[in-house]
Amino acid sequence: MRIALFVTCVNDTLFPRTGQAVVRLLERLGHEVVFPAGQTCCGQMHYNTGYRRDAQRLAVRFVETFADHDVVLAPSGSCAAMVRDNYPRLAPAGSRLGRAAAEVAPRVLDLSELLVDVLGVTDVGAYFPHRVAYHPTCHGMRLLGLGDRPLRLLRAVRGLELVELPDAEECCGFGGTFAVKNPAVSAAMGWDKARNAAATGAEVLCAVDNSCLMHIGGVLRRQRSGMRVMHLAEILASTEKEAVR
Amino acid sequence: MSRTFLGMPPFPKAAEAAVADAQLRHNLHRATRTIRRTRGRAVAEVDDWEALRAAGAAIKDRTLRHLDRYLEQLEEAVTAAGGHVHWAVDAAEANAVVTELVRATGHREVVKVKSMATQEIGLNEALAEAGITAYETDLAELIVQLAEDRPSHILVPAIHRNRAEIREIFLRAMADWGRPAPADLTDDPRALAEAARRHLRERFLTAKVAVSGANFAVAETGTLVVLESEGNGRMCLTLPETLISVVGIEKLVPTWRDLEVFLRLLPRSSTGERMNPYTSMWTGVAPGDGPREFHLVLLDNGRTDVLADAVGRQTLRCIRCSACLNVCPVYERAGGHAYGSVYPGPIGAILTPQLRGTASEADAALPYASSLCGACFEVCPVAIDIPEVLVHLRERVVEQGGRPGERALLAAASWTLGDERRLAWAQRAAGAVRSLVPRRLPLGPAAAWTDTRDLPEIPAEPFRDWWARREKEDGR
Amino acid sequence: MNRSRERILARVRAALADVPRDEEPAPVAVPPGRAATDGLVDLFADRLEHYRARPVRVGAADLPEAVAAALRRRGAGRVVVPADLPEEWTSRCEAELVADDGLDPAALDAVDGVVTGCAVAVAATGTIVLDGGAAQGRRALTLVPDYHLCVVDAARIVADVPDAVARLSPVRPLTWISGPSATSDIELNRVEGVHGPRTLEVLIVSSPGTGA
Repeated sequence: MRIALFVTCVNDTLFPRTGQAVVRLLERLGHEVVFPAGQTCCGQMHYNTGYRRDAQRLAVRFVETFADHDVVLAPSGSCAAMVRDNYPRLAPAGSRLGRAAAEVAPRVLDLSELLVDVLGVTDVGAYFPHRVAYHPTCHGMRLLGLGDRPLRLLRAVRGLELVELPDAEECCGFGGTFAVKNPAVSAAMGWDKARNAAATGAEVLCAVDNSCLMHIGGVLRRQRSGMRVMHLAEILASTEKEAVR
Repeated sequence: MSRTFLGMPPFPKAAEAAVADAQLRHNLHRATRTIRRTRGRAVAEVDDWEALRAAGAAIKDRTLRHLDRYLEQLEEAVTAAGGHVHWAVDAAEANAVVTELVRATGHREVVKVKSMATQEIGLNEALAEAGITAYETDLAELIVQLAEDRPSHILVPAIHRNRAEIREIFLRAMADWGRPAPADLTDDPRALAEAARRHLRERFLTAKVAVSGANFAVAETGTLVVLESEGNGRMCLTLPETLISVVGIEKLVPTWRDLEVFLRLLPRSSTGERMNPYTSMWTGVAPGDGPREFHLVLLDNGRTDVLADAVGRQTLRCIRCSACLNVCPVYERAGGHAYGSVYPGPIGAILTPQLRGTASEADAALPYASSLCGACFEVCPVAIDIPEVLVHLRERVVEQGGRPGERALLAAASWTLGDERRLAWAQRAAGAVRSLVPRRLPLGPAAAWTDTRDLPEIPAEPFRDWWARREKEDGR
Repeated sequence: MNRSRERILARVRAALADVPRDEEPAPVAVPPGRAATDGLVDLFADRLEHYRARPVRVGAADLPEAVAAALRRRGAGRVVVPADLPEEWTSRCEAELVADDGLDPAALDAVDGVVTGCAVAVAATGTIVLDGGAAQGRRALTLVPDYHLCVVDAARIVADVPDAVARLSPVRPLTWISGPSATSDIELNRVEGVHGPRTLEVLIVSSPGTGA
């Protein structure tokens, strides 16, 4: 299958290894990945902060860039949710953006949806001999309704020990510009999430959204915790070959 | 008298102080977790909860879309049943109406059933200015009143207090308001409830005038409904000669049968019970049973502004259950006072800026008092999409101008992201200085981040450059 | 005052400019409550237990003795009763019965308890509803005394809240009672017994044909 990658601006700029892992994983599974060069950002930050017109411009760009692709992978739960959930709200009724968004939005998928629902695979042949806790990010859980798809994928990874994260469903406190507009509450939520993660004894905290992981990871590093954060794609891309190397 | 919220610092500042208060955080953590569990159990027991929730939302939408006719219908039904209906455009008018009604009875004391509407309009303070004492009778409201505190939760206004603090307050202040607390009072919740019972008993038995709100007002029949637990509501609604109910115009439901939906939704969402201990329903006056005189004060106070906003309108579905507060991670850490209004938590963050406008710094900060995690929407029994309304109100705040720093940053981001070449240029520029970024930054949003969290390392090569290089190497 | 009425209604109408003038209120699909099945009395009793409302089941013939025994257990020497309470219910009582003829709150506060019937009872929620009808008296009667003994004819038990709403008339003042008075205001822990009766006891009277 030919899959268009919307890597997202955050992954593109700060977490390229997540995009690389997606490419590695999908090619390993025998699929073709394309990267439409005109892509930039879904507009989530502007939308969530109240900058509607800027978000609309970015949305127009997104739907134009991905108009001709049947399957669009966004390895970020909140970006996928932005397109699917908010583009219809962002477009004035009957507008071109509205029609284009209605076309494109349903084709935009998170990685776990792509793998489980479209490609019909839960065992991707990964090997990751570590203890892992999974944090279901809010937009992945509540807006996309990912359910247990990420967990099913993780459970199928050889060598991986999945441990339960206490209060897993509670927000990590990132929330985009919330993290800097309300730093005290955001940090308090982040520290509680980090404490719950640390309590699992896991080596790795995994999620489907690097924005949340940037926040939690920032707290963990500040605390000099030995725990790492990793995007689901990076774990699923890991194989025995790499582990030996 | 309870203090007002005037002059409170904006949410981020107030929340910072709350986060640093370990006792407060402990109290809130415990209480919200308790109620989350009980609500979860009570809701899970109902097979078709989602359908019930949809029905609740639909009935409220139907009410709001035809509110004018239902208000007229309610007025007619209440009047026909022997009640008197008054209309109040704003808080000042509502307070004046109630003050005048109390004065006309010749009495100087009123007992009060917990009511959000009367808190919203500052009725107790207005009555005090007129020389009338209002006695709060709900246990939590009593705690707040005795402590000269502010409410911090819709259902449990004293949620920020633990049992030891409540004991202190009772011992210190009950004597100033009536029967003192027993000297050997312990902090056992049973003993505290008993002290409240004794303190208020005589007051109930001799009260001549009561003031209440209402959870629902049925347009078709003119019936008012109050749900409560302690029996203080029944005392106030039954024993006095005169009853004055202040009710927001959004509290209507069209028909008697509509109550079957809300009586199933509200207790389970609110206290996590199958049914709250007491629900009182009355229609006008009943000869030989209860008050001889009944006044209904219908309150606008900004509600028609909310109604006029097609996105914000859904806020008026709210039945004040407070489930959204109890699941909100921001509320749990910031506490109710930080919201600077009698309506705290997620619902407050959308209701207050619509009722009061977003002109002040404090009101403009409220729509941003959320990480948009969506837990509130998930539990709301009338399916108010709180995140949607929050974002909508943020747009309103942005449109009104100001905040040059944020505006410049977001404009720069918008420009950079508006074209892939500009983004690539910015990524390379960041990559060039990647080794120079310090662990903590001194100013603005960067400092707000790095005070508590490390920044991620900037990679040597952004994804798009890696992709381009790979394409080239592969000779594609 | 009329000016405010007109102002508010005008503001409401202006706010609803987007609603088509000829739009009629849309009917709403409401999911039914719990279905009426055989075990309603058991369910009702179970829910009452949950509220610590101490349900006792009796046959119709044993009701007078059950009322007397409950009052004896409670140590209630003087109880108030609605003027139209069936005399038979209290025929075995040793307690002094005070018929309500408009007692003031202080007088009601001086009695040890109250005995009433009810209009409807709801199994799913363990609720009894009083509507001031036969054997129930006015609202103050079941409010001020600290002990309420309520006689529920099993035939009056309905499955769920919608059934109760359908049976009741809002023309009468209604009181829905689910267990004794309670509060959750201290650390959100439920404590039973505040201003309303601190003890509620329910006698469920089986009647022929209800399967109770």
